[in-house]
Amino acid sequence: MATAPAKNDIAGAFKDAGFWALVALGLFLPLIGFRAVQDIHNELTLETRWPLLFAFVAIVAAGRLLHNLLIAPWRERRRVAARAAVGAPHWSARLGSVLAPLFIGFALAYPAIAVWLAGAGGAVKWIDNFGIQILIYVMLGFGLNIVVGLAGLLDLGYVAFYAVGAYSYALLAQTFGFSFFMLLPVAGILAAFWGMMLGFPVLRLRGDYLAIVTLAFGEIIRLVLINWVPVTNGYAGIASIPRPTFFGIPFNASDEGFAAVFGLPLSPIYRLVFLYYIILALALLTSFVTVRLRRLPVGRAWEALREDEIACRSLGINTTNTKLTAFAIGAGFGGFAGAFFAARQGFISPESFTFMESATILSIVVLGGMGSQIGVAIAAIAMIGGTEALRELDVLKEVFGNDFDPTQYRMLLFGFAMVLIMVVRPRGLIAAREASVHLAARKKISGALVREGRG
Amino acid sequence: MTALLRVEHLTMRFGGLVAVNDLSFTTNRGDITALIGPNGAGKTTVFNCITGFYKPSEGRIALAHGAPEIWEELAALTQRDARSVARGDGALFLLERMPDYLVAHRAKVARTFQNIRLFSGMSVLENLLVAQHNPLMAASGYTALGIFGIGNYGRAERAAIAAARHWLDLTGLTDRADDPAGDLPYGAQRRLEIARAMCTEPVLLCLDEPAAGLNPRETAELNELILRIRSDHNVSVLLIEHDMSVVMEISDHVVVLDYGVKIADNVPAAVRDDPKVIAAYLGVEDKEVGRVEAEVGL
Repeated sequence: MATAPAKNDIAGAFKDAGFWALVALGLFLPLIGFRAVQDIHNELTLETRWPLLFAFVAIVAAGRLLHNLLIAPWRERRRVAARAAVGAPHWSARLGSVLAPLFIGFALAYPAIAVWLAGAGGAVKWIDNFGIQILIYVMLGFGLNIVVGLAGLLDLGYVAFYAVGAYSYALLAQTFGFSFFMLLPVAGILAAFWGMMLGFPVLRLRGDYLAIVTLAFGEIIRLVLINWVPVTNGYAGIASIPRPTFFGIPFNASDEGFAAVFGLPLSPIYRLVFLYYIILALALLTSFVTVRLRRLPVGRAWEALREDEIACRSLGINTTNTKLTAFAIGAGFGGFAGAFFAARQGFISPESFTFMESATILSIVVLGGMGSQIGVAIAAIAMIGGTEALRELDVLKEVFGNDFDPTQYRMLLFGFAMVLIMVVRPRGLIAAREASVHLAARKKISGALVREGRG
Repeated sequence: MTALLRVEHLTMRFGGLVAVNDLSFTTNRGDITALIGPNGAGKTTVFNCITGFYKPSEGRIALAHGAPEIWEELAALTQRDARSVARGDGALFLLERMPDYLVAHRAKVARTFQNIRLFSGMSVLENLLVAQHNPLMAASGYTALGIFGIGNYGRAERAAIAAARHWLDLTGLTDRADDPAGDLPYGAQRRLEIARAMCTEPVLLCLDEPAAGLNPRETAELNELILRIRSDHNVSVLLIEHDMSVVMEISDHVVVLDYGVKIADNVPAAVRDDPKVIAAYLGVEDKEVGRVEAEVGL
């Protein structure tokens, strides 16, 4: 690739853009310049599309010119400025403390805002597809953040614990009829137990090898769910899982139902708002526990483990136990989220627990900035909210005609956005780390110094 | 003079390579012992054996806490399949039987590394608190109580910060306490690593080339720091060093290794004039090679 010419070198910038236009011409000539079409005699004829080809080449040339004249000098200035302030954290470091109360306030008021703006009927989509869906991933992100962000153990099979939590709740609730709130801790404990089960064999593995084994573990759990038909009902999944009740009052149309008891008009919104606040409380609990753990010796040991495992051992830290607690606690939160998921859907099957889910959760953590709570929340909103929002892009039909299906372009846009974020902020949205304890002044630690951990 | 650490017939083989061959030496309580030798002599391997990072192929490494009478238990302990024995206020440990983290936690041997191993993304103060992990962990009820804010974790953490503060003051790092460890200049990182090791409250401090990369002024400060650690904190020091101004000035006793074999074990002045040591470091004239080789047993 040609390197960007120096600042003020306008002739060089045009020359470089011309070169890019040439490359684009060579590339797009066969791809766009010609098109084979069948004529009325059913024969293939070559059709040329010069204006379209010209448009593509012009876009490339103009884009490169813009980059050379504006973006490259700007980036260079920023790099010089960054070098002048080595170690000084990015402005985004302060974002967390400002945004956190705003986020929590907005999350608490969100159902009211949705009902106010969209009406009780219209708000169902906003609370269910956006609110609850995003919060499930925020919670999963927080849980995985303990394993990946704090302890530096790359876990590609996190969805396994989500599945364990979901199936634990579904099976125990159906078989024994225990309530959601009784089974929530049970699901968490079972998932934590499986986290330890995963932890034992992978204790000696590091980096890529750890990632592969955790990936395999996720697949094993999914395959067990598929094949252990007498218990899990295989592919068919488990249906009519008991829903959570409002302190014993079910959300249904019966005389004992929520609407009847409180004398409200019948609507699905009450159940959704209730579920929304459950998952919000769970996500806040996870966040709160993580913040507290970071200030306890176990949390500092996790971070020290991420930084340097050998140094940890030389200071008398039992790295085996430290890793196992990270796996167990991270998995436990995944189990909570799983139990909630099963209770919300009322139906679960192995389809919901594929590798794609693990990858999504991991991208939320990496994109948000490993170790950063607020970063994970923003990344979950952007990724889950973003993909949901793309379903709503009917405006694009006005532009591209009625054949255009925006959902088909979801993954493309999604991938593009991810590449962009990783280019601009390679250490995630909020990369700076806040020290867990301070002597004189609360300072942020630049993400450039924080290690990612090698397992 | 009572012995703190006894290394006996230590041998470490890596495949066909004998890195340390039948090494024996003793470190007395309150002594500064230097372990020197040319590059590749096996010094760091000895350190790794003592601190539990390597499991020696052969030999015994015993360390005693408290009253010297505990050494009487050595033979009995070696016979039994146990890591340590306690009697009265004394305790005896067989380090070669213990995993690395227990050598640090129970036997109270702290170490630094040749290539500095700090938690660079954590603040200087956090580095020193991680070093006090075990007492803090107990104070937080192994997390179970600390998470709910029950118990005396707050007080324990304040005490740990005070201990860290003490070492920051001694190493001149108090101003940088809240900065990331990775941001410190090289000399300060070396001092921080010593401070971190001392925060584990060791009885034996193993320093692997603490003066490497330091300028003469920093080296003089390091000498002072090590002497201070020994006198104020009743800690014995075992150090690997190439800088002879450190070795000759502060050590009480020097052990010289060459090709994994001990070639001298004496006070610094005697070691300096030992022909075998001079031969190991500077080489010998061709006509003397055979005689010297016979002497050192090659």
